[in-house]
Amino acid sequence: MSSTAERTDVLVIGSGFGGAIAAYHLAAGGAKVTVLERGPWLESNDFEHDYKLGSSYTRAFDFVVGNGMSILGGNCVGGGSVVYFAAMPRAPRFVFDRQGSIGRRMWPGAVSRDTLDPWYDRVEESLSIAKQDWKDVSYAGGLWAAACNHSGRTANPLAVAIDNTKCVNCNWMMAGCRFEAKQSLLVNYLPAAIAHGAEIRPLHEVQHISRTSDGDYQVHYNVIHDEDYRLQAGSGVIEAKIVVMAAGAGATPVILQRSEPHLGTMPRAVGRYFSGNGERLNTAIIDEEKAAELFGLDRGDGLAYAANQIGKGPTVASWDKLDGSLPEYSRYSLEQLYFPPGLGTILAQVPDATGASWFGKEKKEILKKWTSWLTIFSMIEDDNEGVFGPPPATGNAHRISQQMLGRGNLTYEPTKNTLGAWDASDAEVKEILEKDGLAKVMPWTNDLVGAYTVHPLSSCRMGDDPHTSALDDRNELRDHPGIFVTDGSAVPGALTVNPAMTIAALAERAIPGIVQAAQAKGIAVTYGAPAPDGSRSGRKKVLPLLPTLTRA
Amino acid sequence: MTLEAYADTIVPGQKRSPEDRAIAGVSTGGGAVQAGALELLEWDATGIHDGLDDLARLVNEHAEVYAGEQGLTLDPSVPPFVALEYPDRVALILRLTKPGHPEKDFWVMLSLFCNMSFDSAAHLHTAQALADGHPGLAAMGLSHPDADGLWRFKDFGYGREFARLHPDTTSSGSPA
Repeated sequence: MSSTAERTDVLVIGSGFGGAIAAYHLAAGGAKVTVLERGPWLESNDFEHDYKLGSSYTRAFDFVVGNGMSILGGNCVGGGSVVYFAAMPRAPRFVFDRQGSIGRRMWPGAVSRDTLDPWYDRVEESLSIAKQDWKDVSYAGGLWAAACNHSGRTANPLAVAIDNTKCVNCNWMMAGCRFEAKQSLLVNYLPAAIAHGAEIRPLHEVQHISRTSDGDYQVHYNVIHDEDYRLQAGSGVIEAKIVVMAAGAGATPVILQRSEPHLGTMPRAVGRYFSGNGERLNTAIIDEEKAAELFGLDRGDGLAYAANQIGKGPTVASWDKLDGSLPEYSRYSLEQLYFPPGLGTILAQVPDATGASWFGKEKKEILKKWTSWLTIFSMIEDDNEGVFGPPPATGNAHRISQQMLGRGNLTYEPTKNTLGAWDASDAEVKEILEKDGLAKVMPWTNDLVGAYTVHPLSSCRMGDDPHTSALDDRNELRDHPGIFVTDGSAVPGALTVNPAMTIAALAERAIPGIVQAAQAKGIAVTYGAPAPDGSRSGRKKVLPLLPTLTRA
Repeated sequence: MTLEAYADTIVPGQKRSPEDRAIAGVSTGGGAVQAGALELLEWDATGIHDGLDDLARLVNEHAEVYAGEQGLTLDPSVPPFVALEYPDRVALILRLTKPGHPEKDFWVMLSLFCNMSFDSAAHLHTAQALADGHPGLAAMGLSHPDADGLWRFKDFGYGREFARLHPDTTSSGSPA
């Protein structure tokens, strides 16, 4: 063991849901916690409404183009919670019985909707998640609900972590919430972790992990330039007894791959079974006159809709296909979504195009109708087809632009199951929105940057079978005791709904095991912190579960 | 001139003058060129600024090959890609960006930034770009922010119930 390296008890890699939740509980329990976050530390007043490269917007997230799949992820203190849309539904019951590509139940036997519900409750309390009312629904959500109803379907205002008394419906959620309406981790778990002594170091990108002679870990990092992420401003090493990996499903397996020469063989499933949560986007161009005629829509100023720019991400989803009696790959949700210009507009295709569909003369004509666009987000059951190739020299991708854009080594070749599910969901979106001439619809093209996910999952997943899961059912990396993975990479497969709630609940569930492992290594830490605001009802429900989550 | 022609193929605009060769002139109003595509591409923040000369050379080589295949005679007074008619420029970009093309990544990235110059003015502060009448943001109908540069929408929804809830919904709004 080096005598010069810095030391901490618990080193957390990443500060999104998986990292922040672990950092809070372990710091509150008495451990010395250090968090390394590759992105900058932006606070509410730093969040600009500005698409210019180099503004807080492009500093806060990361777009990595792979082979057949591109990932949009968070890159800042607070991780994905800063750039997410705060939709927080629980996963449907059938999800936990999915078999996916392995032909048998992919989730650990210990995890089901029933066993996860108390942990969902904890997250619900911690982030003030609430069911929205129709009065909270944006114009876009209202239009989607009206269209669903018109075609004989139901529609649900989403459960969200948003304080609607503060929300101004600016639709800049992907740039961080300037108004502190969105319940990102910057306003709950992270300040609570800091209050208990956790130290957060932004712009620290982990390169690899090695082992000390006495079974602890050394975490090697580079310091990233605060504006141009292509540049490095130093490097260092921290020793820790426990490592919690939460760098995101696009980065956690890459760090582990790069660590293999130092740590020894990784479980087979590290960097395999990646899922894009089955995501896909359709762009509808609404006929304004039809919207008024069919549904009586009126914004009070002569406009029926023309409100693409207004709102707060997704507000309404259709759940009619979330039916557990249906066969796998035929279940999905359809959610109204806002996607800002710049990040995907190029992938929207012209319905009935006679020439090029994603660029050119006809594309420009639909860009002129941008305010009448309605974006629908499909989340199907995919086949965990993604595999990460050899890791890049640093980070999780070869960085191209000063921020935002990189080229990664993820390969994703959709199977017939995935392609069929996408086709079915596309067809239903078309059926709903083209009924009686309301709109013209086309899915985004996959030909340019592959499929596109904002919810990467499963690249280092939990399970019971060592062959197909990198983690045991308590999130510990197989054969590497003391390394835990608590981010989206631990989730075994696509969820058919937005995954932040499930990632957070699984992270909450992993904490008792991490505390026990820390205690076994001599760290003076206990389990039992309340919610970040001091609320205790969630804790009451989970304390009886501890014997099922700690090793005998 | 070659890169202007490429940008104009991605988001076409109207000619700046009757003599304008780079812009094909198949659309009215400003396109990617007027939106500042070259300014964005040449900014080192994009990471492709160093390779622009190579991309221009390559697309001209591809244009010559394409013209040969199609039996087209190109005007030698302008670069080969510029000499192509708009439908041929489109056809060549479709070929270069098709899955499996060995240079696809480069052409997709070039196209992406050309589009971004129009749809988000990624080289300009958004509020200022809007105030200055940026052709892309104006064409798309983006509204102007409040005086402090932030957007707020007081009226944001219809405020009424539009559909039945799914019968299996929990009290907190999740699938049961």
